[in-house]
Amino acid sequence: MNKEPILKIEDLCVDFKTRTGSVRVLHHINLSVKAGESIGIVGESGCGKSMTALATMQLIPTPPGLISEGSVLLKGDDLLKLNEIQMRDVRGNEISMIFQEPMTSLNPVFKIGMQISENIIRHQGKTKKEAQELSVAMMRAVKIPGAARLIKRYPHELSGGMRQRVMIAMALSCQPSVLIADEPTTALDVTVQAQIFDLLRDVQQDMGTAIILITHDMGVIAENTQRVVVMYAGHKFEEGPVDEIIHHPKHPYTRGLIRCTPHLKKNMEHEREELSEIPGIVPDLSRLDGLCPFRPRCSEKRRQCDEQMPQEIQTGDGHFVCCWAAGEDQ
Amino acid sequence: MKFFYSLIKKVSYSLLLLLAVIVLNFLLLHIAPGDPVETLVAEMGGATPELIAQLRSDYGLDKSFPHQLLNYILRMAKGDLGMSFTYDQPVVKLIMGRLAATMILVLTALMLAVFLGTILGIMAAQKPKSFFSGFVTLISLAGYSAPVFWTGIMLLILFSYLVPIFPSFGMYEVGSSGNMLSYFLDVLHHLVLPALTLASIYLAVYSRIARASMMDVLGSDYIRTARSKGLSERVVVYKHALKNAVLPVITMAGLQFSQLIAGAVVVETVFSWPGMGQMAFEAILRRDHTLLLGILFFSTLIVIVVNLLTDMSYRLLDPRIK
Ligand SMILES: Nc1ncnc2c1ncn2[C@@H]1O[C@H](COP(=O)(O)OP(=O)(O)OP(=O)(O)O)[C@@H](O)[C@H]1O
Ligand SMILES: [Mg+2]
Repeated sequence: MNKEPILKIEDLCVDFKTRTGSVRVLHHINLSVKAGESIGIVGESGCGKSMTALATMQLIPTPPGLISEGSVLLKGDDLLKLNEIQMRDVRGNEISMIFQEPMTSLNPVFKIGMQISENIIRHQGKTKKEAQELSVAMMRAVKIPGAARLIKRYPHELSGGMRQRVMIAMALSCQPSVLIADEPTTALDVTVQAQIFDLLRDVQQDMGTAIILITHDMGVIAENTQRVVVMYAGHKFEEGPVDEIIHHPKHPYTRGLIRCTPHLKKNMEHEREELSEIPGIVPDLSRLDGLCPFRPRCSEKRRQCDEQMPQEIQTGDGHFVCCWAAGEDQ
Repeated sequence: MKFFYSLIKKVSYSLLLLLAVIVLNFLLLHIAPGDPVETLVAEMGGATPELIAQLRSDYGLDKSFPHQLLNYILRMAKGDLGMSFTYDQPVVKLIMGRLAATMILVLTALMLAVFLGTILGIMAAQKPKSFFSGFVTLISLAGYSAPVFWTGIMLLILFSYLVPIFPSFGMYEVGSSGNMLSYFLDVLHHLVLPALTLASIYLAVYSRIARASMMDVLGSDYIRTARSKGLSERVVVYKHALKNAVLPVITMAGLQFSQLIAGAVVVETVFSWPGMGQMAFEAILRRDHTLLLGILFFSTLIVIVVNLLTDMSYRLLDPRIK
């Protein structure tokens, strides 16, 4: 497992211009993923998970958004140094993305087959006919029944689960090195969710794709990823192997997240019995003061918390955390 | 098959509508004061009561009201719209002579408004805060609030008198003879100002609609998906977004087509364009009921046909509607 990471995000900062001034929505995010590995990004709504993904793809609307610092290294090359034209060769080809809403993520006025083959034609210079055949093969690979017939259908004729499979077929049609799945199952019912995750695991094994799975559900992370990054208010709070994080979370926020996930709670050592939620609400990003943004909700607040933002420290093999309380435990 | 079924349904609704319009037109004109024979007699400078009675029975005006109506509907069904007493010619023949001119004007204006409007709207939507976008909003507002006849007269003054590059009236040069091409160019030359005038108000409407719907579409998830495939901005906007964004424009164009025909009456009068609208105007002044009813009937027919066409093109563009 000591391969070089295929995608490495370093020190990524994203700012948004608003009426009241510039707001930083991502603060020096670091993460990396290796070929064939699955990592998770987890956190409450608005913490910057999607923003991290969109910044990686350089799909942040600019203006008002701007990637102001950092680098996104794909196989060692910094994507942020590419111009828009060069970046288009990366999107859908080297890095693909699937989104939360399969209902609205496909264009309602084009046939399914066209929407998949468009990606193949764009990046592999295939003819229409070859691309159609490849699309059917891809749809079979993601276990869509009656693929040859379905390419002539429109998105509204398919169920949500099927549409998400179509999205996956589209995203994988050029064998990308990295697949970013932004809450791919949130809009689907539980049985379909499980099928989609099984499918992602299968194609990953076949193709060796690196997967970045974005979710707010720790349970999903536990079942489907090897490593996890915990985010809060645009900050990375904790990162580590999934088992380690679930059994020995170091950050109070991570502990809170696990505590609200029913079937994970019991794994944590010396925890109170009841399922609880984290008190308080996510802060307004424009009101952050440069100190730990979780401070107002934190049950383990220290004196230092009001003085300085903690540095990221390593507490174990591949386990990093950004919290004064975790530092003291050492 | 579903498509065919819904088409039949639409057509039968349309026929019913047509019948209703015939009855309504007839009623309205019947209630209106004034009688064509009175006008005719006034123009002739008086007549004997026998002659007046003779004329009344010639035009069927002495029959009872329901009788007149039934007669009218039956004749309509046979395609006989009666005789115009002011021109002393069959109404159908008169209308046919004018129909082409009106259709050329109205359809050119419609295309100008829809195409230019959509393109302006799209360009404005891509940079909603730019100077250009503000400019489009401004001319939209101006075009929308200015009365058609005012726009027409302004264009006349500007491009026909001050800078005489376009003719001020008519559809072609009187007495000009030549091949098809020179005739075509001649008509085109005469068409520019009236078509622009008629298009101006609708251009404003369509560019606003196109801008709003394009901005809406550009923010949608499937556009993000299209970008995530590495498609160029041109493909994203003019393929993925346009086909969705143009739907409300088409709906609007269909709905407003009747207003375009109404606008043509004014424009044809301002520019002496030899179309149905101009003739309708004359028919009203001379109380030529038969002719006016015929023109109203034809306008209704055109509007209904255009609405059907709009409906079908909508179905072709949007697979969700069946
Ligand atoms: N146009 C914008 N202007 C200002 N701030 C923005 C803009 N778009 C997004 N943000 C901010 O960026 C932050 C990160 O949003 P992001 O979509 O990444 O959250 P998320 O973690 O994906 O949440 P969710 O679970 O709801 O998808 C949010 O707090 C949001 O307020
Ligand atoms: Mg999100």
